This record gives sequence, C-alpha cells and structure tokens, in this order.
Amino acid sequence: MFRQSLDWTVEMTTIPSTAAAIADAVRSGVLKATDVLEAHLERIAEREGEIHAFNLVTTDEARAAASRIDADVAAGRDPGVLAGVPIAIKDNMCTRGIATTCSSKILEGWRPPYDATVVQRLAAAGAVTIGKTNLDEFAMGSSTENSAFGVTYNPRDITRVSGGSSGGSAAAVAAGFSPISIGSDTGGSIRQPAALCGVVGVKPTYGTVSRYGLVAFASSLDQVGPFSTDVRDSALVLEAISGHDPMDSTSIPQGPLSLQGVLSQGVEGLRVGRITDMPGGADPDVTERLEAAFDALQAAGAIMVDVQMPSMKYGLTAYYLIAPAEASSNLARYDGVRYGMRVNAPDTNAMYSATRSAGFGDEVKRRIMLGTYALSAGYYDAYYGKALKVRRLISEDFDRAYTKADVLLTPTSPIVAFPVGAKSDDPLAMYLCDVYTIPTNLAGHPAMSVPFGTGAFGLPVGVQIMAPTLGEQTMFRVAASLERSMIASGGG
Amino acid sequence: MTQFDMSKNEIKVAPNDGSYLLDGYELVCGLEVHVELATATKLFSASANRFGDEPNTHIDPVTLGLPGALPVLNRQAVELAMRIGLALNCTVQASTFHRKNYFYPDMPKAYQISQYDQPINVNGWLELPSGKSIGIERAHLEEDTGKSTHVGGAGGRIHGSAHSLIDFNRAGVPLVEIVGRPDIATPDEARQYVTELRQILVAIGASDAKMEEGSMRCDANVSVRKPGAPLGIRCEIKNVNSVRSLGRAIEYEARRQIVLLEAGEKIRQETRHWDETDGRTHTLRSKEDADDYRYFLEPDLVPLDPDAAWIEAVRAALPMLPRERRNRLAQATGVASDAESIMVIVERGQDDYVLAVGLAGGDVGRALVHVKEAFAEQGFNPAVPAGDLAGMIILETGGKLTSTQAKTVLGELVAHGGGDATAIAAAKGFEALDNSALEAIVDQVIAAQSESWAKYCGGEEKAMGALVGAIMKASQGKADGKAVTALLQAKRS
Repeated sequence: MFRQSLDWTVEMTTIPSTAAAIADAVRSGVLKATDVLEAHLERIAEREGEIHAFNLVTTDEARAAASRIDADVAAGRDPGVLAGVPIAIKDNMCTRGIATTCSSKILEGWRPPYDATVVQRLAAAGAVTIGKTNLDEFAMGSSTENSAFGVTYNPRDITRVSGGSSGGSAAAVAAGFSPISIGSDTGGSIRQPAALCGVVGVKPTYGTVSRYGLVAFASSLDQVGPFSTDVRDSALVLEAISGHDPMDSTSIPQGPLSLQGVLSQGVEGLRVGRITDMPGGADPDVTERLEAAFDALQAAGAIMVDVQMPSMKYGLTAYYLIAPAEASSNLARYDGVRYGMRVNAPDTNAMYSATRSAGFGDEVKRRIMLGTYALSAGYYDAYYGKALKVRRLISEDFDRAYTKADVLLTPTSPIVAFPVGAKSDDPLAMYLCDVYTIPTNLAGHPAMSVPFGTGAFGLPVGVQIMAPTLGEQTMFRVAASLERSMIASGGG
Repeated sequence: MTQFDMSKNEIKVAPNDGSYLLDGYELVCGLEVHVELATATKLFSASANRFGDEPNTHIDPVTLGLPGALPVLNRQAVELAMRIGLALNCTVQASTFHRKNYFYPDMPKAYQISQYDQPINVNGWLELPSGKSIGIERAHLEEDTGKSTHVGGAGGRIHGSAHSLIDFNRAGVPLVEIVGRPDIATPDEARQYVTELRQILVAIGASDAKMEEGSMRCDANVSVRKPGAPLGIRCEIKNVNSVRSLGRAIEYEARRQIVLLEAGEKIRQETRHWDETDGRTHTLRSKEDADDYRYFLEPDLVPLDPDAAWIEAVRAALPMLPRERRNRLAQATGVASDAESIMVIVERGQDDYVLAVGLAGGDVGRALVHVKEAFAEQGFNPAVPAGDLAGMIILETGGKLTSTQAKTVLGELVAHGGGDATAIAAAKGFEALDNSALEAIVDQVIAAQSESWAKYCGGEEKAMGALVGAIMKASQGKADGKAVTALLQAKRS
C-alpha cells in the first residue's frame, strides 16, 4: 500500500495521523485541538501551493472552533467522537456564512444562510472544519480539472490529476492537510479520487447520510461520504454523520451506522464475488492488484464466487442520461437574480443568458444540454425512459448477484492517476473512468475504495468493495481485512 | 356588433348580449379549480402559510429554492387533500410527485413540484343542488408560486414594465388542483359547481376558498359543438376572479367560438385571458407556444401511500357536507332542498341554528324565514340565543304578534344579541289582541262600511282591501292581517 507516515512532531508532542487517535488524545487532554490545528495549517502552508486542494482555508473559523474544543475539555465537557479533528469539506456542501461555490463562477460570492446536516453533525461531534475543497464544477467530472478555480494536483505525483469530482477532498487527506475529509459521490466521485490518491473513500447506501445542504447534481444518485487514511477513520466518520435526518425525505428512517465494532471480525466464510462479465478496459497493473485482493481475501478465509452482471455494461450510458437529466432541472435555478454572480445586460432575458454563459463551464453546459434533450417531449421515452429501465435491470443484476455473494470486488478505476490534461479534450474517455463505480449509484448500494498497493509509475491502485443496501458492516469487514493484509505484507 | 380580424384568427363579439346558445350549438365546459389549503405551514417547509403579511417574511431555504435545500411533505396538507378527495367521492390512492420544469422568476427552483400521472385523488363527482352530477377526474397536490408585481407597465402586465417585485410568501403554499370532467353544459351550471365546491371546501375546513383573494382560482375549458357531434376544439380561459365573471367568461367564449364556426373558421386551441373590463377573452398563448415541462419523478421525495387506517380516519372525521345539510333542513322545514332560503342558510352555515330554534319549540319554517331575512350579517353561530328566537316565533305563530310586530321584535333581538320576546313585545305595546276583541272590531267595521261589505259578499274581492285597511286602522295595527282575512272570509260564507 502506498502509505506515508503522516505522524509528525510539534513542540515535543507527536500529532497522530488518524482521526481516531487525534480525537482520543484531545478528549483525554493529551493533545490540544489548537495544536493539532496549527500543525495541519502548517502542512497546508507548505504544500497547498503545489496541490491546490482547497477553494478556501477557513483559518479564523477553525482556530475559534479548536479553542472552543479545548475550552470544553478544560471544563470537563466531552466535545465528541471527532474532538479536535481537522476536517476538509467538499465545496458543494453548505456552510453557514462561508462561501460555498461548487467550484463554479455562477455561485461566486454566495454565502449560504444555513449549514448542511453533515456539517452540523461533524461540528456536533467536535470536528474542526479547516476549509472547503476543490471539485469539478458542480461535481461533474472525474479529474477536478473542470473547476472554475483551477486543477487539484495529485499529492502522489503533482503532474497528475487527483481524480474527481471530490479531488480536493481526496488530495487534502493524501497530503496530510487533514486526516479526514468529506466528499460527495454521484457516479464515483468519492471512490475514484480516493483510488487515485491512495486513500480510503466510501459511498454509503443512498439515504444513510443526509443530503440536506449538499448542492444537488443528480439528486437520485448523490450521496455524501468520507475520505480517510485508514478504514477505521472512515467508519468513525460515517458513524458520526449517518442516521435519519427529518430534513431529507429520502433519508432512511434508522439510527446511525455501527461500524467500528465489526472491523476486527475478519472475513472467514464471507462470499466474495467476481463479476465474470465485467466490462473490460482496466489496465493490467490495475487488474493485477484486483487479483491480489482476491488472493488476500481467500487467504483470510473468504470464499470466492463467480457472478454475472449482464446489464452492467449499459450502466455508463444510462448514467449519462439520468444524471444530466436531473442536473438540467437542478441547475436551472442559477439565473443571476437572487444569489451568485450576475452579468448585466440591457434586458432581463439577455442578463440570464449572459450570466449563464459566463457562469457555467463547458462540461456543465454540455450536461445541461444533454439532460434537457433527454427529458424533452418526443425524446423522453427513447432516452430518459430507457435509461430508467436499464437502471432497474442493473438493480436486478445486483439482486441476483447478492444471492450468491456477500460483496463484489472490482477495480475502483480502470487506470491509475493520469497526467493533467490527458483527457481534457475527450469527454467520453473521461466518462469511462467511472465505469466500475456508476452501477452502485444507480442501484443505491454502498461501495468503497481501499488502497491496495501500487500500479504503473508506483501510483496507488484502489480496489472497490460493493455490497447490497445497508451492507456497510460486511463491506467494512472486507475493507479492514484487505488493509490488514497490506500492512502484513509490508505495503503499509 | 361583431368585428372580424381573420389575420389574427380573432373575432370580437359584443359582450353580454345574453344569446350565447346559437343555432342549436351546445356548450361543453370543464373547470380546473386551484385551492390554497388552510395549513399552518407550507407544503414542503416549516414557513407559515399566511396571506397578507409583509412581503418575503415567510421564507426559508426550501421556499427560496436555495442550493442544497430539500422538500419535506407536510402531513396536514396531505390530510386536507384527502378530505377534499373524500368529500368529492374520489378514490384516495398511492401517489407520487413530479417536477414540472419551467423557468419563471417567481418560481425559485425553476420547477414546480406537482402530482402528475399518479395523483392522490381520482374519479369522483360533485352533485349540484339541482341533482346533476359533475365528474371529478382528479384532485392533486402541488405547490404555489411566488407573486410577481410588475411596476410601470400598463395594467400591471409584465410587458413594458420598468421592474418587477417578487413576494415569496406564497411560494410553496399547498394547493389542490381539482380537475372537473367536461360535464358542465351551461354558464349557470359552472356557477353552481364553483359555488357548491366552495361551500364543500369551507365546510370541511380545507380552504377559505376566496376567489377574490386568490385562495380559490378557476380556469375554464370551453368548447362548443352541435348536439351529437364530436367534441370541439377547446380553449382554456384564465384570470377569472369571481363566480359572476366565470359565467360571463364562459358565455362570451362560447359565443365567440360559435360566431367563428358560423363564419366558417376553425377554433384554434389556445389559452385565453379573461378581461374583466371589456368583458372579452383574449389570446394569451397558442398550443404551439406551450412549454415542454419535461416532467420527471421528483427524486427528492418518496412515494406517498397513505394506509387504509389513515384514509378511514379522515373519512370518519368529515363533517356533514352542504348537500346533506340542505336535505336535512329541507326535511325539517318542508321546503324544497334547492329553494333559495335553504341554499342561503346552508351557505351561511346557519342550518344548525335554525334546527336549534326548532328544538327550542319555535316553528322551523318561520325560523328559516326569519334567519334568512335578519341574520345575513351573522355568522354560522348567531348572537341571538336560539331559545330567544324560538320565544318570538311562539308568540307569532300563537297569534300574539302580527308579522309586522314580529319583525320589529326580531329587529330588537338582533340589535341586542337576544332578549325576552314577551318583554320586548310588552314594552312596545304589542299586547295581545285576542280573537273576541278582533271579532268585535271586524263587526264594527262591517257595520260602518256596509257598502264595501256588500260588494265583497257579491264576489268583488277587491273590496276586501278597504275592509282590511279599516280594521287594521281601528285596531291600531295590532290586528294580524292573515287573521283578519280569515275572519272576513269566514263571515262571508
């Protein structure tokens, strides 16, 4: 596993690299949240210039929050399970009074009057938000090159992309700017950058984490989840942010996930599925790591089974009709009137037009056009309607597969991090990056990427673990097992 | 006066000449009625649902469609929608919400959340007071838009205005759209339908249903055809703001279409705007200009599937509907259920009161008349205790008060919010004129006016007037006209 030691020393005190260890130390008074924060701010000062993980570093607000945590501890109050842990938030989640841009010019200057539920829950658990991370504009992309504010570079190799759309959040964790971060995943936007940056990234079951305050891209697919350096930290964050939210009608009416307790359970007897008719195209260095993962799980006592997913190959096409269709509706509100940027023009219609022309980037415009077309009278049945049928077929494929297997394993991304600019002019090549991650979004299932060694150029490779609805516990047991095997083999 | 302007496929017919049905055409009309529900909060957020407050005071991230905000369905709105459906004999079913995408400044999300192919209520009917049934296709939930005010343009229209103001207090207010089947055959039936619907909505507490304030809005789909012919091309009439205008607009539109057809022209399917000032409808947009709403299932909401127990609880809690109340009152009074007095009393909600007067011993028929005449300003719960009105009616029917005196006493009761009718009558000097005293006066007058009496006995009915007048004068107005007439007739035979 490509894994740096991120522990370092501040004034004779070692700052641990994981959120769990930091929170333990802060809660027990061994470490001050303010010291933890300053150490991370220093890291940011050192490398942010070459990586550009953030759209905004909220130094003042973070210092104030860390001081409150320290005051709580001093007063004998428990600040929560993420006490004093710096966290980076993808810049498509609303933060009260703090600019939220979606990396789009069209939202320039907008400060939401409310916090996303996830942001509220993180603060309530004692986490300290250190900034808003860069993304592909409105989360549309797989490389964080579609940001209006510039590319986020991969901390493992700054000539390469960080993946996307949550590239800033993945890079922030990979660079040690924060031990954990939050992203959103509509078609792979957490898992793919996690794989490319060599960190853990989780897309939980649709409805386990509230979408309230997540600026919508494709509402039926969007789901919020964590990045971390190890499996346990993602479990810890998910426990803190999951659970029913009355502000989100699609939120599953149940309590928070319980995950940390299952990490040590192992995979003895678990059935791990290999998709025999998986769409091809993964590079050999990537499939080699997938095979290694199967071997490692088998060695740990898991049973390998073959499953078929005959409709999986249509997933990408269906996704690129459904997601743009929803996006065309979700993004129609950005008109320059009530918030965000405005380009003045002689009359109202010209103002709308000029604002949108200047405010949206090419990829966003492309998807708005595509989605509007797919939903139009006369085309609906042939495009959007057919895509919904494919979506059902893929769900049925999964249902059948999960009668044979408890989890399915695939590569997260067919390729390792590619050079900046390599796919910028070829949207279809870029879309192929998500071929393995999209099906779970269409089905609403959980999936996560865990780093599992390196491929070409010594770049990280991620393995994707998929599970049925609310199968997070099984998924995390498999993830923890893979992580243990990497550490045992010296890859950690 | 009819002007043709064929270049615009437009014809101007003089308004209100009262001859809307020409040459054997028949009218086919269906109404779409939007009602604002009387909920405490909005359809998808916790902001207050209140009319008439300072602009933009009942707003929140959901109402304003701010990025990241999500709708959560209001349970009370669902319950009121079910009440409407059940009161209109609909089937309440599992339903879904769609996004109706269109761009307009007072729609902050650029889509309206509305029920589309699976509405909550389907297949009902509304019975008019005449007994005719008008079918209800569906009654579905949707959200209202904000309210635009265009400043500087002619007549408040957006065209030519200098700027526009938007009030989002109304945005997200819950609406139920009640889509009637095209079963309405006359403008009067349309008026009856809306009047009856309004009464039902008020009775079940679903809406205050005020057309003038916009909490009830009515669009009319109008076409004409020769009897037995296939349905004609329809036009949708908007901006009808009162029951009276509704009748006028339908009548005008039917005549406009008939004149066009008679001139050999085709009707163009379009949306037309009713102009109250010139009494005409005008083209708003043609079918070709209609928006493509790109409906799709609202991914931010889950299907709505009220269980049978909830539906039955709502059904059981429905109050008595106006039609049943009219029948009940008609039965108690012996008056026809669609008589004006019955209609008026039930519309005012004073039928329980009238029946209470009956229970207190007063004649229900007299109570119906008195309440209708004297209680127009009172609500469903008049200030005069039912027992007090019953006391007055007992005096009246017992011959202790003439009808003129009864009216005077009633006026006192209303003015003071009740009182003892006997005491009021005594204070006014309306002491009883018993039958023997009346008979003595009658005999005196017959003797004094022997000429008139002879004529009356000879069959000249007009002569009775002079006799009655003299008797009333002699009794100083205390005699009851009916009793006098009866006595004269008895003495003649």
